[in-house]
Amino acid sequence: MIAAIASPVVVGAIIGAVMLVMMMAIVIAIMMARSLLVAIILMSIYSLASALWLLTMDAADVSFTEAVVGAGVSTLIALGAILLTRSEAKTISWRGQIAPSLVALAVGGLLVYAAFDLPNLGDAASPANAYVGRIYMSQASRDVGAANVVTAILSSYRGFDTLGETTVIFAAGIGVALMLGFGERALQDIPRAAFEAAPGGEDISDHHTVLRVTAKLLIPLMSIYAFYVQFHGDLSPGGGFQAGVIMAVAIILHALVFGLHDTMEAIPPQLTRGIAASGVLLYAGIGLANLINGGRFLDYDHLLPRRFEARLPDSALAGGHHLWGQHFGILGVELGIFLTVAATMVTIFYAFAGRISDPVEPPHARAA
Amino acid sequence: MQVTLEFLLAHFNYLVVVFLMMAGLWIVFASRNLIKRMIGLAIFQSSIGLFYITLGKVAGGTAPIIIDAKSAAGRKAVAALAAPLDPAYVAQAGLDGVVYANPLPQALVLTAIVVGVATLAVGFAIAVRVREAYGTVEADEIAACDQSEIKPDARPAG
Repeated sequence: MIAAIASPVVVGAIIGAVMLVMMMAIVIAIMMARSLLVAIILMSIYSLASALWLLTMDAADVSFTEAVVGAGVSTLIALGAILLTRSEAKTISWRGQIAPSLVALAVGGLLVYAAFDLPNLGDAASPANAYVGRIYMSQASRDVGAANVVTAILSSYRGFDTLGETTVIFAAGIGVALMLGFGERALQDIPRAAFEAAPGGEDISDHHTVLRVTAKLLIPLMSIYAFYVQFHGDLSPGGGFQAGVIMAVAIILHALVFGLHDTMEAIPPQLTRGIAASGVLLYAGIGLANLINGGRFLDYDHLLPRRFEARLPDSALAGGHHLWGQHFGILGVELGIFLTVAATMVTIFYAFAGRISDPVEPPHARAA
Repeated sequence: MQVTLEFLLAHFNYLVVVFLMMAGLWIVFASRNLIKRMIGLAIFQSSIGLFYITLGKVAGGTAPIIIDAKSAAGRKAVAALAAPLDPAYVAQAGLDGVVYANPLPQALVLTAIVVGVATLAVGFAIAVRVREAYGTVEADEIAACDQSEIKPDARPAG
């Protein structure tokens, strides 16, 4: 009995159920919250809880993404948004709650009624699990050669789908920049000299010493970790999406601690938008290279010319499949995703942070 | 249809998904604040991701990363994973002695999360511009501003 309770499967199920209950409690708190700041911090905790739940559901890649995106970047963007709008929502009158509650109860009731016809949790014979998912699992090592089947599906089997998603991310970044600008205002408005020691005043660069030292240690480690996640994406959880967001968070951390101005001098907004576009171009270009070599769009089997592929050690070419082409194709495509995601997230952050029209006033200007 | 405890436990995830989805819908409908509405939309979207992952769970499974059974460490991992499971079940549901989760829903949800944050940013950007044009992000105040003769407060945020 005790052995059964302590088994990893049962422990996982209990953690998963606790996380689900916690997520429901957090969402109720968000419904009640008047302060938007509270709602955004609760969303961040919700993301962490759901990341842990995803891990108990054997979705390591998704869990990773949710932790990085939900608790990291989206919280930062939301905080930027409330800084530019307002941080309190109006209370909803009880009369205003009646109609939405009725709609939610009615639709929810219908969905619950339908949910009881869905397959049991973990049913291996359910239609979703029995056919196409199993085929991907059994074919991936022969067709693609990547151990992580999620990456194999993402960048090879359904590469066209992912190209579309990468383009959507790029387009969203452009959309934000069109509405809010590229944040160049931050470069113009605050002259660098304003942050240097005020005449006769104390040197403000002495402030936040602990933060600065910690950030200096963390930023290189985060960048290295991003590259690790990037290049091990076909062997372990990770890939271009996660690595891109981690890289963007490293850059945003620099901006938060050392000021937007310094970050923009190191990584100018012109550069980030160029990188975002070149990532999509790299992805689509690899697709076109296959067309030129006689294959189909994004069919990496034709990525390498035959003569070149014949010279590579053929241990990886078992069964006559073009695993080298697949290998380089996935590497290139993931690099394209990485560039687009990282640069777009930084562009969006620049747009929000650079919009703050009342920028951090140099302290001695306020004192004077 | 007899609703037993076992049946309820096997469908608990779906009930939570429906609850989260309806909570998101409620926030989008009831709240007049544009930022709060975007948060509701994010909850709604996240619940759909949870639904996909629930469908792709396979009992006794592990993450869909193929274990190389040729190496010694791989053989050890395969044996450890199969130990608590019924051999007949592993033979039927598994692949080379290991039961894996369904990778397809995971691949779909992974990209949806990243696309979700990018589109969320677009929504926030619209809210920021609305605030700059109207001086508020409350939907009823914006509507009142549109209907009145008074020109909207066009001063920049500050």
